[in-house]
Amino acid sequence: MRREHIINLVTLAVLVVVPLGAWVLDEPFIITLATRAVIFAIAGVGLNLALGQGGLVSLGHAAFFGIGGYAMGILASHAQAYAPLMEWPFLIEGTKSMPIIWLVAVVSSALAALAIGALSLRTSGVYFIMITLAFGQMIYYFAISWPAYGGEDGLVVYVRNGFPGLNTLDPIQFFGLCFCVLCIVLWAMSRVQNSAFGLALASARQNPVRVQSVGIDPYRLRLVAFTLSGAITGLSGALFADLNRFVSPTMLSWQMSGEIMVFIIIGGVARLFGPVIGAMIFILLEHVLGGVSEFWHIYLGALLLMIVLFAKGGVIGALAGREVAHD
Amino acid sequence: MKIRSAVLAASIAALAASASADVKVGMITTLSGGGAGLGIDVRDGFLLAVKQAERDDLEVFVGDDQRKPDVAVQLADKMIQSEKVDVLTGIIWSNLAMAVVPSATAQDKFYLSPNAGPSALAGKGCHPNYFNVAWQNDNLHEAAGAYANDAGFANSFIIAPNYPAGKDALTGYKRFFEGELAGELYTKLGQTDYAAEIAQIRASGADSVFFFLPGGMGISFLKQYAASGIDLPVVGPAFSFDQGILQAVGDAALGVKNTSQWNKDINNAANISFVKDFETEYGRLPSLYASQGFDTANLLISAMETADTTDPDAFRAALKAANFDSVRGSFKFGDNHHPIQDIYVREVIKEGDVYTNKIIATGLTNHADAYAGDCKM
Amino acid sequence: MVGGSYLPPTGTVFHMTFTLFAEQLLNGLQFGVMLFLMSAGLTLVFGVMGLINLAHGSLYMVGAFAAAAVAAATGSFVLALMASLAAAAAAGAIIELTIIRRLYNRDHLDQVLATFALILIFSEGTRWIFGSFPLFLDVPQALSGPITLPGGIEYPLYRLAIIGIGLGVATGLFAMINRTSVGIRIRAGEADREMIAALGVDIAKLYTFVFALGAALAGFAGALVGAIQSVQVGMGEPVLILAFVVIVIGGIGSIKGALVGALLVGMTDTLGRFLLPQMLGWILEPSSAISIGSAVSSMSIYILMAGVLIYRPQGLYGSG
Repeated sequence: MRREHIINLVTLAVLVVVPLGAWVLDEPFIITLATRAVIFAIAGVGLNLALGQGGLVSLGHAAFFGIGGYAMGILASHAQAYAPLMEWPFLIEGTKSMPIIWLVAVVSSALAALAIGALSLRTSGVYFIMITLAFGQMIYYFAISWPAYGGEDGLVVYVRNGFPGLNTLDPIQFFGLCFCVLCIVLWAMSRVQNSAFGLALASARQNPVRVQSVGIDPYRLRLVAFTLSGAITGLSGALFADLNRFVSPTMLSWQMSGEIMVFIIIGGVARLFGPVIGAMIFILLEHVLGGVSEFWHIYLGALLLMIVLFAKGGVIGALAGREVAHD
Repeated sequence: MKIRSAVLAASIAALAASASADVKVGMITTLSGGGAGLGIDVRDGFLLAVKQAERDDLEVFVGDDQRKPDVAVQLADKMIQSEKVDVLTGIIWSNLAMAVVPSATAQDKFYLSPNAGPSALAGKGCHPNYFNVAWQNDNLHEAAGAYANDAGFANSFIIAPNYPAGKDALTGYKRFFEGELAGELYTKLGQTDYAAEIAQIRASGADSVFFFLPGGMGISFLKQYAASGIDLPVVGPAFSFDQGILQAVGDAALGVKNTSQWNKDINNAANISFVKDFETEYGRLPSLYASQGFDTANLLISAMETADTTDPDAFRAALKAANFDSVRGSFKFGDNHHPIQDIYVREVIKEGDVYTNKIIATGLTNHADAYAGDCKM
Repeated sequence: MVGGSYLPPTGTVFHMTFTLFAEQLLNGLQFGVMLFLMSAGLTLVFGVMGLINLAHGSLYMVGAFAAAAVAAATGSFVLALMASLAAAAAAGAIIELTIIRRLYNRDHLDQVLATFALILIFSEGTRWIFGSFPLFLDVPQALSGPITLPGGIEYPLYRLAIIGIGLGVATGLFAMINRTSVGIRIRAGEADREMIAALGVDIAKLYTFVFALGAALAGFAGALVGAIQSVQVGMGEPVLILAFVVIVIGGIGSIKGALVGALLVGMTDTLGRFLLPQMLGWILEPSSAISIGSAVSSMSIYILMAGVLIYRPQGLYGSG
């Protein structure tokens, strides 16, 4: 067994044991924190496909995170007000059912990613970073100034949405649900990474000419990866909105894009479990440092700087060594 | 993995020495990043009142929301689930309040608002456990509209950022202002350059300007407006003229009229000692926000005198009675648990080297909010 | 909704709209010039060292805070401006020597993250030193108030001065890059990094110089703008994003592109805010025209940027 596999298993074990322990000890807030980490991890896994595997440094993934969140907010707020979304040409009602909300979140963020990706992927390097940032900002300002769904105030959903057979208001049950989603996403991602598509995507990052010479269009490869990546991040956005029972434009802000990227870096770029470990450490830091000083961002910044400068492979890279090729 | 935030309890650990605290208060407010000044003032005002009360059955947990709604929600979860607080308070911004308050009151916690007063919580969304100790968002703007009539303005140019509170502000002004509008503009939230808007004001033929641009936006607007040479009278709510930011505006603010439910020269015993004690304790003059924090804590303490949180109905009635010496003078709650109070018109003056306000008139007397009728409780 | 028109009573319409429009053009120019000061350093650093610096906005903030502190202590605006140049250049040199130079050979992702970390450190560090309340910095007495330009346009003198100073700095920068030996090295560094090292130029010193120069320009812009806006923590990030939009439109690495991009963005933003709500007023009822017009105008520069990149993926003056 490779060391990275052991680390991955330990990570999953910690992620299961800590909330269960908290449940036994009746500390529901720790379960909430763990749920937050799991949801951020899903967002990071989504971005990691574009960023790690595809080398597409997107500084606009908050757009998909927020679109997923708004999919939940809009559907649930219509359902709670008993007002249909539209009556013509056909009736669309709001819903409080998670599976339907997830589907809508995934489809709408995938469509957004397809459109943004189709335009942005014409550029590369710094231009790509900046154009994704620009699209993110566009959607952010749109959400703030569009009055129909609360503008900057956002949308409040009073009761968490339902999932068949579960009481989602119970923290441990909602955690379990999110954890299952994470596991499914991780499993799917490991399949993608080792599929012909995943390998082609990775080699398009390392050597686009070689990919082109075997008759694969790197643009299309990247577009598919970007769309998938946006869809997964959108799904996590819907979960995040449900965790908070609230959605607002802050989910769309560029700092959010930066934070999702930070999870990946802390854990390890292009590592399957990188974002998972990264999100866990981030949440832990936020709470430990946030308790130490009002100025905890200084320490967070310093730590991040140290990781970027001296521990390039992130935590997994430092623990497992460079067994997996990545550059 | 027990996570325990030290800041929270540490700030007043001395007060909470007794292990069997009877009332636990969770304060969620903005202490870092942009807008931290407001949260710090609310916290300091609140803690001053707590300190003066010298009660050992009151424990306060303070948490920093970083002005992010999701962090505020998380803090609320933490305080309710881990610290098992009875009362929440502290939120500065309406959008954060909308994220936290409905779910907190749904979990049978009390929420005392020391600043934000979104219309949704005053009208249809009102709740027996939600008390607003500051104002409903529209109030100060309504008073500005009333003042504009008194001052004889007939043609106002009105301006606010393009977000819900900005729209409420202009709606509030228009609700009371009887003249014409020379123009109505919504600017980008966080905008810092107002040259284009000021040019339109100049060209509009207006006889007065009303603006609601909180924080840094207001500082920028006033400085640029003063430099433009337009000398139309300006009126606005107190948020761009509070003690914290006036010093950064400087001469550009002198003479500007603004509306507020509080000022440091309100002449009652509670206010005089509050201003003096705050300055002694923290070495600066109190702001509007500090006064609201101070009143919020005193309201809570007054309720603790007569009732216990274990009996929510009695505690609610005690809060509703508002039997405390407000620094604003007369203060009472309407049926929707929002203040009925006087709103003053202030003018920015300079006292020595310090820019501050003095009251010159009363804008609205015993003013309640426009949404109270929608509240069914 | 009372009153809906923004135009003054008929009769004066033509004259008033002409002066208003001219004033708005000046506003767009002034905003553009300001953005150029901010973007020039960003684009130089990218062109010469290949580095994306998100912390450029923090240097802008450092300049503004240094100016406010010195102005408060001495009362002199000139000294304040000099302090902003010195403080931002020093801050730039320090972070270049300790951190930034380790990033030149890294990929963009590392650069984005490390400089994102620097933003966190700078912002909270400044708040730790100066507190959470905005600082005061005022326009000097000699430049306060408006003057009347030909055509009856009243315009704030200080904004005219910013236009003048900005264009002066732009001219100086072009002269330095095209005429001086440092400029030749900078251009050589843009063209071929290995070559100038082979020519015996001390590349490390050149890089520190370029970075400090860019930082000084940003700090200078911060001080100039701080006098008419508010000097507060977090003031750098909105401007940083605008500066990125500028250099991406202009073509990253091109000073000329930065100038053209800055003017384009300045004009689009100013005229968009001014014209869009009015133009929509012809087809929509006033309240929704204001609301939609404001929403679209806040997105206008991003739409411009996306448009330029779709049409020319390397920006207007970008190479390769």
